[in-house]
Amino acid sequence: MSDVVMQIDGKEVKAGGDMTVLQAARAAGIHIPTLCHHDKLEPFGACRMCMVEVETRGRMSYVVSCLYPVAKDLVVRTRSERVDKIRRVILEELLAHAPNSPELVELAREYRADRDRFDKDPSFCILCGLCVRYCAEVKQKNAVDFIERGALREISFIPEIAKKECWECQECFALCPTSYAQAAYFLTEALAFPGRRKASAQSA
Amino acid sequence: MDSANLDQIIEQHRGKPGDLIHVLMEVQHQNHWLPRDVLHQIAEALNIPFSRVLRIATLYKTFSLTPKGRNEVHVCTGISCHLRGANKLLDAVERATGIKPGETDAGWRFTLDTGSCLGSCSIGPEIIVNGTHHARMTPAKVEDVLKEYQ
Repeated sequence: MSDVVMQIDGKEVKAGGDMTVLQAARAAGIHIPTLCHHDKLEPFGACRMCMVEVETRGRMSYVVSCLYPVAKDLVVRTRSERVDKIRRVILEELLAHAPNSPELVELAREYRADRDRFDKDPSFCILCGLCVRYCAEVKQKNAVDFIERGALREISFIPEIAKKECWECQECFALCPTSYAQAAYFLTEALAFPGRRKASAQSA
Repeated sequence: MDSANLDQIIEQHRGKPGDLIHVLMEVQHQNHWLPRDVLHQIAEALNIPFSRVLRIATLYKTFSLTPKGRNEVHVCTGISCHLRGANKLLDAVERATGIKPGETDAGWRFTLDTGSCLGSCSIGPEIIVNGTHHARMTPAKVEDVLKEYQ
């Protein structure tokens, strides 16, 4: 697709026609915060942190930049009072689940989010899907996936697959913004196939 | 559920990942629950990762990963039935069956669940047993209705 010219934060930006707003902004050196984005993975649109204000033909709306395609003459604002407020509320909600996640705490400082605004519900997982998608798309092992729905939704390492695949990999641990993926894996290991860790430590 | 029947359902959809929900529904319908080894068979036949089968099977309320009793009792707790005394009705059903919503009794006779709304507001409060609607229920009538289902 042909290149388009658009405006991000008042700056003329040229972008490839098949890019997303997030890609165009990053290529132009403009920072947009993200939690669920990973360059090797398909855009997911789960965390909503990359929400920006876009204006086309005089109409303004709020979109997630990691999914929104670039368009000719699009006007994008990555920081505005309302964008900041949206991000602040998202952070406050996520902090109820993972109050000490370094990434969240850092962003909370920038957006003046109140960590204690909502009652704590420490599930530790913010459902960004990085572990799930990395396992499926990059490693193609599908050892971890979402189960249940709505408020009960959580990640779950599938013992049958995790037993065979996870020992050698464990790459998703480093992607997790809250270390919960690691905790969930070790719990699965302890419940479904314990003993291996001890055995390998003794033989080493 | 006999395995020939099960194999027949699965074979009809072999190699078609898009049929996942259909297969799960057919098995759920006949067997009333989805045993884990059956989910493994389905994953293998349809060429889908097992984790995705679990994701779908846990997402929808239609599917049960635990065994159900011979008779499935649903008590409507929708707004219309609620106003007509669904709470007292549910209490009576719980007393008669000895179980709470979501549970199955030790003899596998009943599985109890609530639903809102079960779609028959004009004849509420109602309970549905194995798909049969029992209209204008009262706590006093519960015992007689459930007697029919052994």
